[in-house]
Amino acid sequence: MALQDVSQDVGQPKVALFNDPKVRGWVYQVVLLVVIVYLVVVGVQNMFANLAAQNIASGFGFIGRNAGFAISQSLLEYNQAESSYGKVYIVGLLNTISIAFIGILLATVLGFLIGIARLSHNFIVRGVATVYVEIFRNIPLLLHIFIWYFGVLRLLPHPRNSGDLGWLGLLNNRGWFAPKPLPQELFFITAIAFIVGIVVTIFISRWSRQRQAKTGQQFPVFWTGMGLILGLPVLVFLVTGLPLEFDYPVAGGFRPSGGMTVIPEFIAMLLALSTYTAAFIAEIVRAGIMAVNKGQTEASHALGLRHGPTLRLVIIPQAMRVIIPPLTSQYLNLTKNSSLAVAIAYPDLVSVFAGTALNQTGQAVEILGMTMLTYLGLSLLTAAFMNWYNAKMALVER
Amino acid sequence: MKKRILSAIVGTAVLGFAAGTASAATLDDVKSKDSLQCGVSQGLPGFSNPDQDGNWSGLDVDFCRAVAAAIFGDASKVKFTPLSAKERFTALQSGDVDILSRNTTWTMSRDTALGLNFSVVNYYDGQGFMVRKDLGVNSALELSGASICTNTGTTTELNVADYFRANNMEYELVAFEKADEVVAAYDAGRCDVYTTDQSGLYAQRLKLTDPAAHVVLPEIISKEPLGPVVRQGDDQWLNIIKWTHFAMLNAEELGVTQANVDEMKNSDNPSIKRLLGTEGEFGGAIGLSNDWAYNVIKEIGNYGESFDRNVGPDTPLAISRGVNAQWNDGGLQYGPPIR
Ligand SMILES: N[C@@H](CCC(=O)N[C@@H](CS)C(=O)NCC(=O)O)C(=O)O
Repeated sequence: MALQDVSQDVGQPKVALFNDPKVRGWVYQVVLLVVIVYLVVVGVQNMFANLAAQNIASGFGFIGRNAGFAISQSLLEYNQAESSYGKVYIVGLLNTISIAFIGILLATVLGFLIGIARLSHNFIVRGVATVYVEIFRNIPLLLHIFIWYFGVLRLLPHPRNSGDLGWLGLLNNRGWFAPKPLPQELFFITAIAFIVGIVVTIFISRWSRQRQAKTGQQFPVFWTGMGLILGLPVLVFLVTGLPLEFDYPVAGGFRPSGGMTVIPEFIAMLLALSTYTAAFIAEIVRAGIMAVNKGQTEASHALGLRHGPTLRLVIIPQAMRVIIPPLTSQYLNLTKNSSLAVAIAYPDLVSVFAGTALNQTGQAVEILGMTMLTYLGLSLLTAAFMNWYNAKMALVER
Repeated sequence: MKKRILSAIVGTAVLGFAAGTASAATLDDVKSKDSLQCGVSQGLPGFSNPDQDGNWSGLDVDFCRAVAAAIFGDASKVKFTPLSAKERFTALQSGDVDILSRNTTWTMSRDTALGLNFSVVNYYDGQGFMVRKDLGVNSALELSGASICTNTGTTTELNVADYFRANNMEYELVAFEKADEVVAAYDAGRCDVYTTDQSGLYAQRLKLTDPAAHVVLPEIISKEPLGPVVRQGDDQWLNIIKWTHFAMLNAEELGVTQANVDEMKNSDNPSIKRLLGTEGEFGGAIGLSNDWAYNVIKEIGNYGESFDRNVGPDTPLAISRGVNAQWNDGGLQYGPPIR
């Protein structure tokens, strides 16, 4: 008996629409969505009804109203006499972003250095790195913040005898009073030279990679790049007659005047956030490097690559794949942790908007809602960027 | 911080789904809990301050005890919730506390837009400035360019802004959430000036390393009428709060003290008789027993006694009665008659 082909007989099974798993799946999804939307709508309606019943003001009208309080650090022009609560939101947001952004940069550099030091063959270097990680990781962040803040305050002198940093300005317990750069008319040419330097360097590095792939010839991209990106602008700067002046702070009065100020709250917050997060990043980096099989190093050495290129071309690219996902969550943590700034009067979003503005207007629902959405947005943006980077670094199967 | 945001979210969610939180009778609530939940500061000597054993004392604490005495005849039936300036109104709105008795300034927006009612003024205050003596400053008008430490979520921030703007002066405001950090930062030299209610300055000065090295400047830049706050929509509760304070004022005016209150029960003075409940039915009108005011005086004393015990000249704060004296003594404290 020959084998029979039964496949035609089977065909499409005739099942009731109700039993079709695909249709069912959709129905469940839609029902769930309707239920969620209903709950949210009823909840929000009920909330506003209750607020009204309790005579608590609601709505977003407050955004345009004059805030009337001062903020100690603002990247934009902020004037307590005229600026609105909307402006307070923006000033707070920029302060949060600036502490988070600089904090992430510092934490990354420090974390990578310590993570690599943890794997050093040198006993002392390794020991110091280990002690660092254990100390910083195991003390609550709020304590770090207080230690840095009151430590910084006590170390720095009173404005009457400010520390003189020469051309770097003045330092005292009201902050670092740095000279403020005042670009003159021709300064834009230097800026253009800088940009040109970067663009040309990118092209050169592309070209040299292609050439190396074809011919094996190497090109000193690093030094050429440095020359273009740093040397060219400096040259232009000199030729155009040093078109940059500085407004130096002058001591006197309650605190120095002129220049620009970096407040001690910013310094303390930055140090606390970056040293604390660096401890976690160090562990992630160590784990990432250790995850690369030793055979890779040996193979690379066997191919004749020296230690440096091995690290740069073989180990790090593979380690990065392990490092990036947990690194992303550290970045998100750092951003969210920056909200502890309120404890030491750094005027971040939580402090000035979800704090003072909330108290002044009493509109907790609106203000906390906006603040939560803002943090969510910041986190999603960071995650999106890191995911893009991760995809770029991912293993390309050939 | 995290905890607070969480509780705000939960509060919002509850607000969202609890069908119409009927403005239930707070008095019934308090009676069924068998204690009064009282929101106080996190530690302000003379007003609300815990000792090492966690026993609270102060003018604002006395007031809550007096309310408990009026309701239960027992001043100890109070539980205290320490609140920062920033947390206080949310705590009252959400029902975490039955009354907020925490050096809180009566302003129009707080009285109208927050769903809250101010009841009485148990301390007339005004905002002042404190500086180091060695700064050599004698008047607030010499403070242009100064760094100023204060609490967030207070009237203070706005008053400073107004004052400096009106006088064309510059300043840097450093605003902390907790009063203890304000004190620490000022003590560490972060600021030239500490500003808050003048009573608060006298109180916080006691916490500095060397209190004698600091002076409170003479200027008063604002009106800060401080008093207990309740939720809107419960008139009976508001009445209990108001009349507890008025009973303490009337007692002082009539010379009824903690020591002589039992004797005074036999007084022929009709005002005293009505106050102590030997004549008339005044307690019933606010849902309390007829000896409500007797219990307040018996357990806490009159307003003057509470003032002297907590902030008066013989305490470390050494504040004189000033505008807080009785109306017939040149002050602003005036108890409407019980009749
Ligand atoms: N009366 C002002 C200020 C009240 C205030 O919070 N003052 C501070 C400084 S005296 C305070 O009570 N701190 C004690 C604490 O936060 O526990 C207001 O109602 O806004």
